[in-house]
Amino acid sequence: MFMQPGIIALLLGSGITLVLLAYASFLGVKIWRNWDIGSNSEAQLALERKTYLVSTLVKYGLLFEIISVFLFIYTADDLHNLLVGAMCATGSLNANSFGFPALYAKIAVLFLAAGWIALDSLDSKAEDYPLTKKKYKLLLLMIPFVIAGYVLQIKYFGGIDPNVITSCCGVLFSEGGTGVGSSLASLPVHPTEVVFYSLFMIIFFVGVIALKSGRKLFMVLLAFLSAFFFFVSIAAIVSFISLYFYQIPTHHCPFDILQAGYYYAGYPLYVSLFAGSFFGTMAGVIQPLGRIKTLSAIIPAVQRRWTFIALAALTVFVLITLIPIVFSPFTLEGY
Amino acid sequence: MSLNSHMNVLDFTLLSLLRRKFKNFGIVLVFTLIVFITGSILFLSYSFKREALLILKGSPELIVQRMSAGRQELIPVDRAKEISALPGVSGVEPRYWGYYYDLLVKANYTILASSGSLSAGNRLLQGRLPGPEEKGVAAVGRGVAKARFIDIGSTISLVSSAGDAMDFDVVGIFESDSELLTADLIVLGRPDVIRLFRMPPYMATDLAVTVRNETEAPVIAGKVRSRFPDTRPILRKEIIRTYDAVFGWRSGLILTLFAGALVAFIILAWDKATGLSAEEKKEIGILKAIGWETSDIIEMKFWEGLVISLSSFLLGIILAYVHVYFFGASVFAPALKGWSVIYPDFRLAPFIDPYQIAMLMALTVIPYIASTIIPSWKAAITDPDEVVRG
Repeated sequence: MFMQPGIIALLLGSGITLVLLAYASFLGVKIWRNWDIGSNSEAQLALERKTYLVSTLVKYGLLFEIISVFLFIYTADDLHNLLVGAMCATGSLNANSFGFPALYAKIAVLFLAAGWIALDSLDSKAEDYPLTKKKYKLLLLMIPFVIAGYVLQIKYFGGIDPNVITSCCGVLFSEGGTGVGSSLASLPVHPTEVVFYSLFMIIFFVGVIALKSGRKLFMVLLAFLSAFFFFVSIAAIVSFISLYFYQIPTHHCPFDILQAGYYYAGYPLYVSLFAGSFFGTMAGVIQPLGRIKTLSAIIPAVQRRWTFIALAALTVFVLITLIPIVFSPFTLEGY
Repeated sequence: MSLNSHMNVLDFTLLSLLRRKFKNFGIVLVFTLIVFITGSILFLSYSFKREALLILKGSPELIVQRMSAGRQELIPVDRAKEISALPGVSGVEPRYWGYYYDLLVKANYTILASSGSLSAGNRLLQGRLPGPEEKGVAAVGRGVAKARFIDIGSTISLVSSAGDAMDFDVVGIFESDSELLTADLIVLGRPDVIRLFRMPPYMATDLAVTVRNETEAPVIAGKVRSRFPDTRPILRKEIIRTYDAVFGWRSGLILTLFAGALVAFIILAWDKATGLSAEEKKEIGILKAIGWETSDIIEMKFWEGLVISLSSFLLGIILAYVHVYFFGASVFAPALKGWSVIYPDFRLAPFIDPYQIAMLMALTVIPYIASTIIPSWKAAITDPDEVVRG
């Protein structure tokens, strides 16, 4: 099943990402083990130069990973024509047990790489690069996810067997195959709506207080709430937001909103959600770093900026979800 | 760094690229060619897929063929009655059709008997279709008309299976809109098709079954097969799936064959990025001496890669678009669509979506940028005193 152009492109593109990130962590281990900021030796100078290479590699790795996540979803969507019972990307990803795990691994890499770049930019703001060792440990944490994503993706595509006409008999094939689950299990509409919108209100207030006071407690609270909100939002997209976009009470697909037929609404939707929950979480994650002397002056300003970005992005996200609910004639009141 | 300083770096990069027009011209040229070839293959295969999907939308949900010794055989017409009695079936129509090899022009025609459902969709026709029971008249596709130099009012002569010549008055010619479907088509009245192919009485080529609710089609197909074990029911969905797989497979195959060229391109990009001229090295040295940091140089190299790859990418896509949708993809079409004497001359409907763009990016831009990362970094860490001193 590897002869589809989308799969070839995906294996090449994410293979390159894998090589870049693996090389980056190989260099990372070297730096981590020999790093000594106080030393003036030739070796330390060479290591300092290598840090530039590692940051560049990870930045490109993240960029390519973003393309590869979308490409993965598009390819899964394109494959649904080949599978009995699959109606959209959800159905194709359900075709075997590797589809969704591969997607989850890719999204995990996305967040970890973005987090790494955020730490890297923070690190370069301080004069003595205090985060260097931590940074390269985190890089090693990322590698298993990258490899897992790649292997799961190969397993997933390798396991797909297109149901095409065989010369013996057309239809028995369709009947014999059990077909794939073309829908996702979803939460009940009304409670999810309540939880989703009230959680957003809570995050918004916590964020505003954190922004005004800059208090540690609220920053950490914001981090937990933003991370939690990401999962609640995904559940909400599956449960009711996507239904409003499709105006079909039964089509729980989180991927079809990326298509032209729905005005590509999924792109701003997911970008704002990812950015919002990422910056919200990061604002709290860097809180403990404030204890480092050279960073203590920088952290509060950065936290404030990230909190602001998080609140803005999440507001945009929620406004987008409200557009079809408010303006389309479709309603889920009866469900 | 503020936005302004990023803009300044970009500005500087553009000027420095312009200063080295010829060195970069080569890479842009090759890059554009690579994007053009990959883009043409992808656009073409996705347009074919789409075209096939659109055409098949109008075909019956289920086709029942009879098999004998592993080959398709004629099917008794009276089975239609039994099938139409199955719950969920809205109609069964026996179809009479076959292929005819014309010695004169050395080409195959598709011969089809006129029927009610055919004339229901005859907007495509210039002139008229023969009636289902009409004798001695024919409607022909443009490809046939061109090959035999005929027009409405002239006659076309075919040799029947019994060996005698049959003459038909041409009363209609299909228009070019439907060329993909009708280029090699000849529509005759049913009695003429039966006589031409010497089909036994009460036998048809296959049965077209229309089903009220398409999700029920597999169940109906299963019932048909258990009632008539010698039949092969084919679902429309299966035909669509097969076309999809075949076009995907063919374009994947061409892309794989093309992988060698891609590797050569990556090596070229690597080589170009590594081989910095003395002048470029000097430039980087001077920039660092006047206060540029390593990260600024890396950023400059990033802009350089972005400018080159995006311009080549856009140029390549535009060329591929023109090639596929204005010139019918003359370079790659034979590999994707197959060969024939009478071949439909059709213009594909333009169809590009983010999927194709993402595929093209993964196949061309990502390998290019990845191959320039290490050389750019090597250039960026150059010591200023080393180069300036020479």
